[in-house]
Amino acid sequence: MYLYPKWIRLWHILNAILFIILIATGISMQYADKERVIGFATAVKWHNIAALVLTASYVFFILGNAMTSNGKYYKISRKNLFKDIKTQFRYYAFGMFRGEKHPFPVTPERKFNPLQKITYVLAMYAGMPLIIISGIGLMFPEITVRRFFGVSGYILTDILHITVGFLLSLFMIIHIYTCTLGARPGSLFMGMISGYHVGENE
Amino acid sequence: MRSIITVFLITSIALAGMAEIRNTLPDSRSNLGFQQPDDTLNPFQKANEKCFLCHGQKVYEYSNENLGKTIKASMSSERVIDRTLFYQSNHHSFMCTDCHSDQYNIFPHPGELRMEQKFNCIDCHGGDPAYEEFRFELIEEEYARSTHYRLEESGFSCWSCHDPHTYKTVTRKGSDISQTVLFSNGICIDCHGNNDRFAILSDGRENNIIRQHEWLPRQAAHMKSVRCLECHAEKNDSLLVSHFVKPAENAVKGCNECHSKNSMLMASLYRYQAAEDRKSLGFLNSAILNQSYVIGATRNEFLNILSLLIFGAVLLVIAIHIFFRIKKSATKHKGGENVPLS
Repeated sequence: MYLYPKWIRLWHILNAILFIILIATGISMQYADKERVIGFATAVKWHNIAALVLTASYVFFILGNAMTSNGKYYKISRKNLFKDIKTQFRYYAFGMFRGEKHPFPVTPERKFNPLQKITYVLAMYAGMPLIIISGIGLMFPEITVRRFFGVSGYILTDILHITVGFLLSLFMIIHIYTCTLGARPGSLFMGMISGYHVGENE
Repeated sequence: MRSIITVFLITSIALAGMAEIRNTLPDSRSNLGFQQPDDTLNPFQKANEKCFLCHGQKVYEYSNENLGKTIKASMSSERVIDRTLFYQSNHHSFMCTDCHSDQYNIFPHPGELRMEQKFNCIDCHGGDPAYEEFRFELIEEEYARSTHYRLEESGFSCWSCHDPHTYKTVTRKGSDISQTVLFSNGICIDCHGNNDRFAILSDGRENNIIRQHEWLPRQAAHMKSVRCLECHAEKNDSLLVSHFVKPAENAVKGCNECHSKNSMLMASLYRYQAAEDRKSLGFLNSAILNQSYVIGATRNEFLNILSLLIFGAVLLVIAIHIFFRIKKSATKHKGGENVPLS
């Protein structure tokens, strides 16, 4: 089943590369010491470059979702939301080990299961804007609020940036792992290259 | 209930706002390491005013008895002393002739006074137990090793950086780091940002600190947040301010010197705050946090531990999940079925 159009695949691979660069350089800056593999100046330079490209790619993603049918996969219906999430979670925790059928198999109308959908929406429509806005604040400290209720606005911006960065890093790790839960451990990765999703019964 | 919450919120915001205003107001007493000079204490104001009559402004008047008329002339900027700044300075209680010759009471001043030997800091402050804290002797030693010392023959002295008429130890131990930076960098910029002054002592070298610091990322932010001394002077724990200014080619250029857990800023710019509030609220180098934010140096131990715990928990859950997937797959294989790991 052809599920991932070319623009999604290109955006996805670019996003993945940028995430890896940003995490590696971000950790290097946050835990900078003299013996680090990536020097501070190099880390800052590549973090800034990758962040600018990521921002552009995020705009591309938002526009792509707005102008194509791909946006529909990110629309969350409140009806049965928590019940569906619980069902999917239960499947990952127990059902799949008991040989149960996937409760929300992939179809052209439903690319994401409820758990995927909620995490993708949180990552892309909450996490990404927050990390981009706080990143702009760190890149241009002159526009950052100087003090907020007696606390440096810059440190609050940074705490927000590294907290969201950390959560998005966790998201990436979990995302990579759950991508091994396809028909074969590598089939979902192959799908993101070829564009074709391989179902459990294919 | 709603009105109680509203009152509570308004009070909280007002208190926070007041705290903020208090933080931003210049507190002349608490910001000083020393007591603020008081111009009412100088018993020599009248005597000094005789000098300020001419040296207190750019234009002065005198009566030329030979010509029988009053002459207006402009005072060389080097010879103009701001009364207000003088009476706020460390030397505010002095009479002009404490340091300058009594002969200056004669007008026109005798020509040979131009060759007057000027005092240096050490001439008055050296060996004085009252000023032991400042270690003037050690400052003298550091200065003798500094790159500025080689210019002494050309006229460089303590006064090249510290004007005794206006000098005030304002922010050495002050809590407002931005004032310390402004004050300290102002001293350097006075020559290194002024081609006319720089030319007096230089050998024609380029004096363009913006271009010379082009390599420095976020140059303006750095120059506003740290002293020139941070990179250009050798640290000395025994001195309030290091006076061993190194040649430009030996200046610190490594980002990690400041942007790291063991940031050298904690041993220089933030050393006085560091002793008081290091590690407060779990922040490493928390003294920096109070004033600024230095990537790599500002860290929170609680957040570090929490993030490691969460990261470890996620990896553990994944490891357990993989274990059960492998176990299930092995069981299926034993049963002769060819099923995926999922």
